[in-house]
Amino acid sequence: MATVELKSIRKTYTSEEIIKGVDLSIESKEFVVFVGPSGCGKSTLLRMIAGLEDISSGDLLIDGRRVNDLAPAERGLAMVFQSYALYPHMNVYQNMEFGLKLAKTPEAERREKIMAVARTLQLENYLKHKPGQLSGGQRQRVAIGRAIVRNPKVFLFDEPLSNLDASLRGQMRVELATLHRRLGATTIYVTHDQIEAMTMADKIVVLQKGIVEQVGSPLELYDCPRNLFVAKFIGSPPMNFLPGTVIAASEEQARVRLASGQEIVVVAGGAQGLIGAAVTLGVRPEHVRLGHAVENRGSGQVELVEYLGSAAHLHVRMQDGALLVIQTEGGVRVHADDAVTFSFPAERCHLFNSEGVALHRRSSGRMAA
Amino acid sequence: MSAVTTASQHHRKAAIGAGASGALMLAPAVFVLLVWSVVPLVLTLWYSFQNYNLVDPTLHGFAGVNNYWYLLSDPDFLQSLLNTAILVIGVLVISVGGGTLLAVLYDQEFVGRGVARVLVISPFFVMPTVSALLWKNLMLHPIYGVYSWMMRAVGLTPIDWLQRFPMLTVMMIVAWEWLPFAVLILLTAVQSLDAEQKEAALLDGAGPVARFFHIVLPHLSRAIAVVIMIETIYLLTIFAEIMVTTAGGPGVASTNLAYLIYSRALLQFDVGGASAGGVIAIVIANIAAAFLVRAVARHLEV
Ligand SMILES: Nc1ncnc2c1ncn2[C@@H]1O[C@H](COP(=O)(O)OP(=O)(O)OP(=O)(O)O)[C@@H](O)[C@H]1O
Ligand SMILES: [Mg+2]
Repeated sequence: MATVELKSIRKTYTSEEIIKGVDLSIESKEFVVFVGPSGCGKSTLLRMIAGLEDISSGDLLIDGRRVNDLAPAERGLAMVFQSYALYPHMNVYQNMEFGLKLAKTPEAERREKIMAVARTLQLENYLKHKPGQLSGGQRQRVAIGRAIVRNPKVFLFDEPLSNLDASLRGQMRVELATLHRRLGATTIYVTHDQIEAMTMADKIVVLQKGIVEQVGSPLELYDCPRNLFVAKFIGSPPMNFLPGTVIAASEEQARVRLASGQEIVVVAGGAQGLIGAAVTLGVRPEHVRLGHAVENRGSGQVELVEYLGSAAHLHVRMQDGALLVIQTEGGVRVHADDAVTFSFPAERCHLFNSEGVALHRRSSGRMAA
Repeated sequence: MSAVTTASQHHRKAAIGAGASGALMLAPAVFVLLVWSVVPLVLTLWYSFQNYNLVDPTLHGFAGVNNYWYLLSDPDFLQSLLNTAILVIGVLVISVGGGTLLAVLYDQEFVGRGVARVLVISPFFVMPTVSALLWKNLMLHPIYGVYSWMMRAVGLTPIDWLQRFPMLTVMMIVAWEWLPFAVLILLTAVQSLDAEQKEAALLDGAGPVARFFHIVLPHLSRAIAVVIMIETIYLLTIFAEIMVTTAGGPGVASTNLAYLIYSRALLQFDVGGASAGGVIAIVIANIAAAFLVRAVARHLEV
C-alpha cells in the first residue's frame, strides 16, 4: 500500500534535541514496532510522522513523496491514540462518520463503509452508543474502526493497548494482528510492552534517547542484539550479564575468565585483539542449563525460586557474589538454599566489549537457518 | 431469627431516638432559616394585598387584588418587563458569544497571554456601582469622557449614549461586567478539552471551523448552560447600574422590574404596589429558574 521513509529526522524542543537523526525505511504492508524505555522519543517520532509535531530537520517520505509540509489529514494516514480520543458527544456511528463527512463522502457510501467496518470489529450492536457507555475494549475497537473507515495508507498506533487489562490486551493483540494481515496496511506501532513487539512486528525498531539502537526482525534482535542496550531490552526475563576478561581467542571462539575464576568458552568472532581486555558475557536465563557438565560450568546457591506454572525462575547467587537468573521448566524440584550447578552453552552466549558493542557470532544454528 | 428481629427493633428505636434528638439539634438552624426567608416572603405577600402608602396614611386596609390590577394594567410595568427581558437576553448573547470566542482565543499560545488573561478577567472584580460610574463619567461623558474625546479628536460629534440609547448603553455596561465571568468559566472548560481529541479531529481532516463547531462547542455546552443559568439569576435583578447611570430614564426607557419596584416603594412610597411587583418578580424568577434548571440538568445527564 505505502512505503514510509525517514531520512535523518531530527526534533528539537527549545534547545534540547529529542530525536537525534533517525534513518528508517518501512516497506509496504510492513508492521513496524517502535520500542524503547519511557521518554526515548517513540511518541514524538510517531507524532512527527502523523504531522502533529513539526519536523525540525530531515525528510519524511510517504510513497516516495516528501510530506514534511503537508497537513496531517493530507498525508493519508490514521492514528489510534492511547486515550482512544473518541468524540464523547457523538455515538459510535458518528465517531466513525466524522472523517468521511469532512471528506465529503456521499451518505450511502459512508453508511456502507461504516457498516462493513462495524461488522469486522463486532460493533454492529453498539452503533447508537456513546463512547461513555462502552467498555475499554469496545472503545478501543471504535478507535480502530474510526481509523479503518477512511482507508488510510498508513496506520499509526501509540500504545493502543496500554489502558486495557492483561487478558483483554492479549485478545486485542491477536485481533490487531489478524486485522493487519487482512487489511495489509503499512503499520507503525509504538509500545513498551515487549510481548506486543515480539509477537506482532515484522520489524522492531529499538530506540534509546532519540537514537535508533537496532532495527531488525524480532528473532534477529533476540539472537543477535547489536549492543548491551538491545540485549537488556529484548527478552524477558532479561539477559544475565557477567563481567570477565578475555584470556584466549581464535577466529570463532573466545575464552573468558569470569570474576569467580571460572573459564567460559563463547562463540564469538574477532576477539583476538581483545586478549586481556575487560568484556561482558551475556546469557539469557532460558539458555542456562541446570545440571552437571564438562565445559562452561558454574555453580551457586539458590536464593529464590519463582514458579510460573509452565516455567520456573531460579535466582542463583554465584560464588563471586553475582546474581544469575535461570529459567527451567516448571516441574523442577529446587528450593531456596539448595546448591546447584549449571552450564552456559557456548553457542548461546553473547560477548560485549568494554563499549557495550556485541562481537559477531559466526555460527548460530538459528541464524544459519 | 428472633435475635435478628430484636436486634433490628433495637436499631430502629435507636434510629428514632437519634432522629428526635437530631431534629432538636437542627431546630435553631431551621428556625433562623425560616425567619430569614419565610417571614419576608409572607410579609411581602401580605403587603401586596394591602392599601399601604407612606404619604397617605388615611388609606389603609385590605385592597384585594387592586395592587396587582394597577400594576398589571400600568404601561410602565409592561415596559419594565420588556426591558428586563431585553437586558437579560442581550447581556447573555454578548457575554456567552463573546466569552466563547475569547475563551478559544485565550487558549492559544501567544506572547503575553498571562497578562492578557488577567486583564480580561479584571472587570469582574469591579463593583457594579463603580463600573457604572466609570462608564458614565470617565468613558461616555459627553464633555470630558474618553470616548467623546476620541470622537472629537478625529473630528466627529460624540453621541450622548445614555440619553440617546439608554437601554443599549446599560446593556453594554452590564455585558462588560459579565463577559469576564463567562470567559473565566469557558476558558477553564476549553482547557479541559483533551488534546488528543483535537489531534484526532485534525487527522480526520477537520479545519479550524469544523473543529470549533464539532469538537469545541459540544465540549463547552455544559459550561455554557451553567454560565447562562448563573448569569440569568443575577441579570434579572440588575439595579445598581441603572440607578447610577440613567435612574431608569429617560421616562421609563431603561427601567427594569427591579428598578420599578424600587421606584414604587421608595420614590412613590407605595409599599403595597411595590410588594405586588415583588411577588410578580418572584414568580418570574421561579419560572425562569425552573426552565433553566431543567435545561441544565438535561445537559449534565449526558
Ligand atoms: N512539547 C514538548 N516540549 C519539550 N519536551 C518534550 C515535549 N514533548 C515531549 N518532550 C520530551 O521528549 C522526550 C520524548 O518524549 P516522548 O513522549 O516521545 O517519549 P515516549 O518514548 O513516547 O515515552 P513513553 O513511553 O513514556 O510514552 C521526553 O523526554 C519529553 O520530556
Ligand atoms: Mg509515548
